[in-house]
Amino acid sequence: MAAANITVSETPLVLYTLRRADDALILGHRLSEWCGHAPMLEEDMALANMGLDLLGQARELYSYAAKVEGGRNDEDKFAYLRDVRQYRNLLLLEQPNGDFARTTVRQFFYAAFADLYWRAMMRSSDPTLSAIAAKSEKESAYHVRHSSEWLIRLGDGTEESHRRAQAAIDELWAFTGEMFSVDDSERGLIDAGIAIDPAPLRPQWLNTISSVVSEATLALPDNDWMQQGGRSGRHSEHLGHLLSELQSIQRSFPGATW
Amino acid sequence: MYTQALNTSEGDDRHIEDAARAAQFQARIDADERIEPNDWMPAAYRKTLTRQISQHAHSEIVGMLPEGNWITRAPSLRRKAALLAKVQDECGHGLYLYAAAETLGSSREELVDLMLAGKAKYSSIFNYPTLTWADIGTIGWLVDGAAIMNQIPLCRCSYGPYARAMIRVCKEESFHQRQGFEIMLTLCRGTDEQKAMAQDALNRWWWPVLMMFGPPDQASQHSDTSTKWKIKRFSNDELRQKFVDATVPQAQFLGLTVPDPGMKQNEAGNWEYSAIDWVEFKQVLAGNGPCNRDRLAARRKAHEDGAWVREAAMAYAEKRRQRSALQAAE
Repeated sequence: MAAANITVSETPLVLYTLRRADDALILGHRLSEWCGHAPMLEEDMALANMGLDLLGQARELYSYAAKVEGGRNDEDKFAYLRDVRQYRNLLLLEQPNGDFARTTVRQFFYAAFADLYWRAMMRSSDPTLSAIAAKSEKESAYHVRHSSEWLIRLGDGTEESHRRAQAAIDELWAFTGEMFSVDDSERGLIDAGIAIDPAPLRPQWLNTISSVVSEATLALPDNDWMQQGGRSGRHSEHLGHLLSELQSIQRSFPGATW
Repeated sequence: MYTQALNTSEGDDRHIEDAARAAQFQARIDADERIEPNDWMPAAYRKTLTRQISQHAHSEIVGMLPEGNWITRAPSLRRKAALLAKVQDECGHGLYLYAAAETLGSSREELVDLMLAGKAKYSSIFNYPTLTWADIGTIGWLVDGAAIMNQIPLCRCSYGPYARAMIRVCKEESFHQRQGFEIMLTLCRGTDEQKAMAQDALNRWWWPVLMMFGPPDQASQHSDTSTKWKIKRFSNDELRQKFVDATVPQAQFLGLTVPDPGMKQNEAGNWEYSAIDWVEFKQVLAGNGPCNRDRLAARRKAHEDGAWVREAAMAYAEKRRQRSALQAAE
């Protein structure tokens, strides 16, 4: 009984907070899959480190969503007892790790966005969100540095690493548009000064991305078709598998404390 | 790329063995002085330490796998974060230890290659599978507990770099151990199913953990010289007994039964345990434990799949070096 999905009152603020929490959890989970399998020990540590930062952000955001919602749910209920259709993360972040280039590009696209986003969110009129933003921005600044340095190394490394890095960019590009899109539910929060509008951040993001990609001797695709859906629970087929692993114990032992 | 320049200089006479040097070395050990990388040391001391420190490093790295197996399935976000942090610590321990081993003159790559080729060992315990979440608690409680018993005396080991690495490692290890015990406590105070899961994990890990202290004293091939050189300060059996005496009351506190019906407390207060299955121990060390093949295969796969990444990093570093040389010439 307790293993059934929870119901969530998705007021705009709850939905907004859950979307960001889901972003951090799903990407953190993906990074944690690398543990023990990275190309070198230093990267095992770095990937785990970034995964931990993101997991920390997810926990703060879930706890805040729980508080706003009225205390019926908590961080673990949000993470473990919602199914694919209730998850609100960006499609980009649920994409499989693939090879190290794929993981690096995914990290770079998101971190370069998150860094700008959280920095802007420090001005949120909501004191909790602005405090979470201040902490997250410090972490994402580190993530941008790490992933951009690796993208340059891979792009400007060997023929093989160049080929793999370019393939990763081409593969993931269509998922970047979703980071900048806003729906009606968020529009209200933006107008109220609680959330910031991500759309105006795109030129600056594109600037960062372009300069790193060009230093890496790589190119951005011409294709401008962008996939959407994660924010409203229309995910890729990857997320279900991720959640079945993530949630297996909570689903098997309903109501237990761990 | 990681090799230190220590101990490899031309015209180096530090490798020449003579009785006077050996006696002087032993006198320093007897006076509890620390031996440092540039000091003269007997070749056998260097070799023993290289073996021991590198195997210790390999253990940290292979040890990431059984616990890493549960990171994606940890039952709460708090447990997931703690486990991820713990496995990250272990990777860090591996790095300290490879650095300590490198001060003796071998490179990390050479040492890792020996492990991947199956020619260097790692702790027997990591060849056992983690089948339930309770195994993660048990590993923290017992495996890290046993590691601490082994490592605390190594903080006073005669070789300075190893002793200093152990001081850092032990601080983090004792935190992991408490965390593991807390997982067990939560399970044992939970539902009947959780308690049964905890008992089952203890049943499966108890004997393999006792084997972590190595063969019995009469069969231990490295003990004599290691003791004389103060690399080892207590015998395998002494440490094993200490561990059992410390752990039995913890199991009682949890309400769990140690899977050794013959166990009893003697007049001196020590818990006397039954005979260990040394055949199983030898089989695990020989590569025939339940997960030996999987563990090595996972490490080899990470190494092979990562080769192009390491090559890219080297190629890029070389390009940068050439570019800055060109710039300087202009």
